[in-house]
Amino acid sequence: MSKAINFHYVVDGDDFTSAGEASVDIKRKLRQLGVDPAIIRRVSIAMYEGEVNMVIHAEGGTVDVNVYEDKIEMILSDEGPGIANVELAMKAGFSTAPDYVRSLGFGAGMGLPNMKSYTDDMKIDTKIGVGTTITMVVNLK
Amino acid sequence: MSNFIHSVSLNVSKCKGCTSCLRRCPTEAIRIKDGHAVIDSERCIDCGECIRACPHKAKKAVCNPFEKINEFKYKVAMPAPTLYGQFNNLDDIDFCLQGLLDIGFDDVYEVSYAAEFISGYTRLFLKKENVKKPVISSACPVVVRLINLRYPSLCDNIMPIIPPMELAAIFARQRAKKKHPELKDEDIGICFISPCPGKSSYVVNDELGKKENVDVVLAMNDIYFRLLAVMKGERTPRPLSKSGLLGIGWAVSGGESSALLSDKYLAADGLENVIQVLEEIDNGKLPELDFVELNACNSGCVGGILTVENPYIAKAKMQSLRKYLPVSGAHPDGDIPDDAYFENTNNFKPIQQFSDNMQESMKLMSEIQTVCSTLPEIDCGSCGAPTCLAFAEDVVLKGADINNCIINMKDYLLQKLEEKKDESYDS
Repeated sequence: MSKAINFHYVVDGDDFTSAGEASVDIKRKLRQLGVDPAIIRRVSIAMYEGEVNMVIHAEGGTVDVNVYEDKIEMILSDEGPGIANVELAMKAGFSTAPDYVRSLGFGAGMGLPNMKSYTDDMKIDTKIGVGTTITMVVNLK
Repeated sequence: MSNFIHSVSLNVSKCKGCTSCLRRCPTEAIRIKDGHAVIDSERCIDCGECIRACPHKAKKAVCNPFEKINEFKYKVAMPAPTLYGQFNNLDDIDFCLQGLLDIGFDDVYEVSYAAEFISGYTRLFLKKENVKKPVISSACPVVVRLINLRYPSLCDNIMPIIPPMELAAIFARQRAKKKHPELKDEDIGICFISPCPGKSSYVVNDELGKKENVDVVLAMNDIYFRLLAVMKGERTPRPLSKSGLLGIGWAVSGGESSALLSDKYLAADGLENVIQVLEEIDNGKLPELDFVELNACNSGCVGGILTVENPYIAKAKMQSLRKYLPVSGAHPDGDIPDDAYFENTNNFKPIQQFSDNMQESMKLMSEIQTVCSTLPEIDCGSCGAPTCLAFAEDVVLKGADINNCIINMKDYLLQKLEEKKDESYDS
């Protein structure tokens, strides 16, 4: 089995409009690898939601995408405030996004639920005041 | 796909290999080799961006020469509505249509009139069941080709109804035969007056998967100058125009959509915007829309590379022309006719995939990453590829010479020079 390929992205926390650049780029990479378009779409949507979350709540962070022969793993890490109540955050419609963010059309409380529904596995590792790491997996087979 | 005939051509003797076109190409189809540009046929979508970018006029759009119309006994001119926006002080479309008769055509058939039928068919199509939304317009051939090459998952969103030019050609031929039953099919020459090379390639490649109804594609800027010579306004033209403002509106981005009389649409123009919108649709991020109109050129067809007038000025001229027109000249009734449908055959191979085998693709990707990490990431284009990443891909996939990176080469040579100096001090 050949080694995983890693794609590393830095998500800039200052700019809403640039959120999503990594998920656009990963689409191109996965197309080049010949990944099924339906899977590419799931990866890209989950990653986009994650990117937006990092911009809204954590002033940015990093995304590492590891492509294995049988799965795609996305690791989103930030040094933000952490998630106080993960169970609540996973509820559709729950959001702690500030008003100005909502006024831009974000913060509908669908980020984490969407990320979970578009991936085969999702783990949230969070510590208040330290940061959050979310690991998502989409199986290829 | 490899035998696709393109309508963008390069005059090698004029090309200086200057890299102006390199980075403007939206599909990274251009490389500079041996001092001049080379276009990769599999990637080129005939958008004409390189023609716009070339400071040496080395790139050209290929259309038929005007003289080709003489191969036909009965010549029908089919002007795209964009033509009407090219003239100063034109207050009546009939002057323009009369002019076409005066320069040698036997009949004129307005594409804008057929466009009104297509608008009617589109309204019906959107109401049908099991239609994949948003429906993407099939009118801009560059956009259709871009989707086929880069967005395979959106191929089914393309509206399977022929573009106005094609329908106009069917109607024009029918009318010619009705007026002159003695004419044989090969006697009739349907001549489209095109604002862009994209439509030209559409015709020469029989993109409908069957023989096109258009016989000749003429460059709008060529016809414009011929028309100027005869359009003096000295006599009243025959009443020839039948289009309403909806059909004429197709020349400008948003015109096709507004003819749908619905507000659940999006209209985008300019390739950069088109690509962004396609990405969003691909991600399912767009609000619920029925229809998406995409034009590769800025402002729509008035921004075509074969037009004479600045697109915004043409747009303003068309607005004043439309003012006194009825809403629509055509009133299609009944269901969509069978010959208005086409099948998007999509025999295009997705351009980006490295190999059919994922393991192999992963190996190549990792080699590309290794090569890329040694490159300066300034995307200068001096190596002949548009970006450092594209160059790394060329090195791994196409055997390009890594020494073509002159930035790395310079460092290497300086280092060698230092070594030489040290050696001479030592001795």
